[in-house]
Amino acid sequence: MSILETKGLMKSFGGIRATDDLTLSVEQGELHAIIGPNGAGKTTLITQLCGTQMPDAGTIHFKGRDITALAPDKRARLGITRSFQITSLIPDMTVLENIALAVQAREGSSYRFIRAAAGIPAIRDRAMALLERVGLAEKAEIETRALSHGEHRHMEIAIALASRAELMLLDEPMAGLGPEESARMVDLLTELKGQHTIVLIEHDMDAVFALADRISVLVYGHIIATGDPASIRANKEVEAAYLGEEA
Amino acid sequence: MSTRTIATLVAMALLAVLPPIFFYTGNAFWLDLATRLTILAIAAVSLNLILGYGGLVSFGHAAYVGLGAYAVGIPAYHWLYGGLESLGLATTSGLVQIPLAMVVCALFALVTGAICLRTKGVYFIMITMAFAQMVYYASVSIEEYGGDDGLVIDTRSELPGLNLDNPIQLFGLAYLSLVVAMLIVRMITRSRFGMVLRGAKGNAERVQMMGLNPYAYRLTAYVISGAMAGYAGALLGNFTTFISPEMMDWTRSGELMFMVILGGASTTGGPVLGAAAFIILEEVLSHFTIYWHLPFGLLLIAVVLFTRGGLMGFFRGRK
Repeated sequence: MSILETKGLMKSFGGIRATDDLTLSVEQGELHAIIGPNGAGKTTLITQLCGTQMPDAGTIHFKGRDITALAPDKRARLGITRSFQITSLIPDMTVLENIALAVQAREGSSYRFIRAAAGIPAIRDRAMALLERVGLAEKAEIETRALSHGEHRHMEIAIALASRAELMLLDEPMAGLGPEESARMVDLLTELKGQHTIVLIEHDMDAVFALADRISVLVYGHIIATGDPASIRANKEVEAAYLGEEA
Repeated sequence: MSTRTIATLVAMALLAVLPPIFFYTGNAFWLDLATRLTILAIAAVSLNLILGYGGLVSFGHAAYVGLGAYAVGIPAYHWLYGGLESLGLATTSGLVQIPLAMVVCALFALVTGAICLRTKGVYFIMITMAFAQMVYYASVSIEEYGGDDGLVIDTRSELPGLNLDNPIQLFGLAYLSLVVAMLIVRMITRSRFGMVLRGAKGNAERVQMMGLNPYAYRLTAYVISGAMAGYAGALLGNFTTFISPEMMDWTRSGELMFMVILGGASTTGGPVLGAAAFIILEEVLSHFTIYWHLPFGLLLIAVVLFTRGGLMGFFRGRK
């Protein structure tokens, strides 16, 4: 069953068609990677899926519901979360506070004015458990800006997990990571795979072919092929457009 | 206990002890200064909620103080000269005036905030200032309430068990109000609501992607802050027994901003330290020279440049 479907998505910036008649179907539970050369419109696609940019034309359906015109926070409440290609955290809060905020966003109303947020065990414990899972528990009380890039990438995953999202949109989680950190990220994603539906945008081809159930290839805002890793590897058109460049 | 907490407690203790001493030793002038400082500190604390914790640089906070003062002055005026009886607004009762001040300011914050908060950065600063100037010019043009000559408040608010004509009682009320205001802001900013507000200051897009709409939280904080500033305005009206549009001028908003930044934004005690430093410096320097604005300005610039986080920056310590 498909959890996310786009039909005829269009988005232009000036004369440039960043998204051009894009039709994509993501199955429940799969890890669906989207690859494509630089400037193919991958991040533009993510921003439209999570609602920070509106498509010029076309529709987006999530679990059968038309969400094309829905604001990002409403989509998040329906169960879509994203991580950012360029790290996007709250720099002046501690690591724990960042994750705790994501947890509390999921646990009922945040219009609560009396109790100190740090004193609510349900939120704190779950945030700590998530930090544990991404290997950052001992950094919990440190201000976020003081952490390394790789640690920030792992925080992004913890925040995505905190949302208990059914659909995680991960925008280049391995961007800028060293080999060791990359390996840890692949381990983490392997673990998450199957528990969540994941749309993964990634340049690291080894990681993509190791992780993905299906791969879609995006070129000039249009998907030229979708299939399992083996068939994408064998696809001549894809090779010409993308893989060939690297070979 | 952090050094900041200690600094705040020491400042609050001094502010509790010194004014009664002034009063009983006949230093009416210094008591007056302490009362004004305390009332402006409440306004600064309220501004800190949105400016410090929310990252919303509002350049129109004096409008709320002014509206609050008019909410005392106008009912008192009608009580004396007639009119508005049918609305129950010809009264000197503080139990009507003070809630009125807060409700008017909350509504003004709700309406203007709903518009202002759709903008960001420098546009937000300009539009909050524009709304405040609108109130300023409106009050200049209403002849019945004195126009730009201002309005004398003949009778102070009447409160059960309190006589605000007695300067030490007025100070006492202001001081207790300040303590309560500080505790409220402290509580709010540590709550789940406060986490969203602070998170949105650091990264609004991220907060929205978590499923929280920053706009709604900011507007709520804006309304709370406005109502608190209106309360401060009601006290200020009782203190000066005179209101003029000049109280709402944009330079007044600037002074409130300065108190917050000078003392240390997003700290509980910062705005109080800022208000104290501002008022006392202004007073002391103006004794030495009529050109006191110059050294005053230079000092303020020095504090902002050389202390990260205002006066509270001196008291940085581990939790």
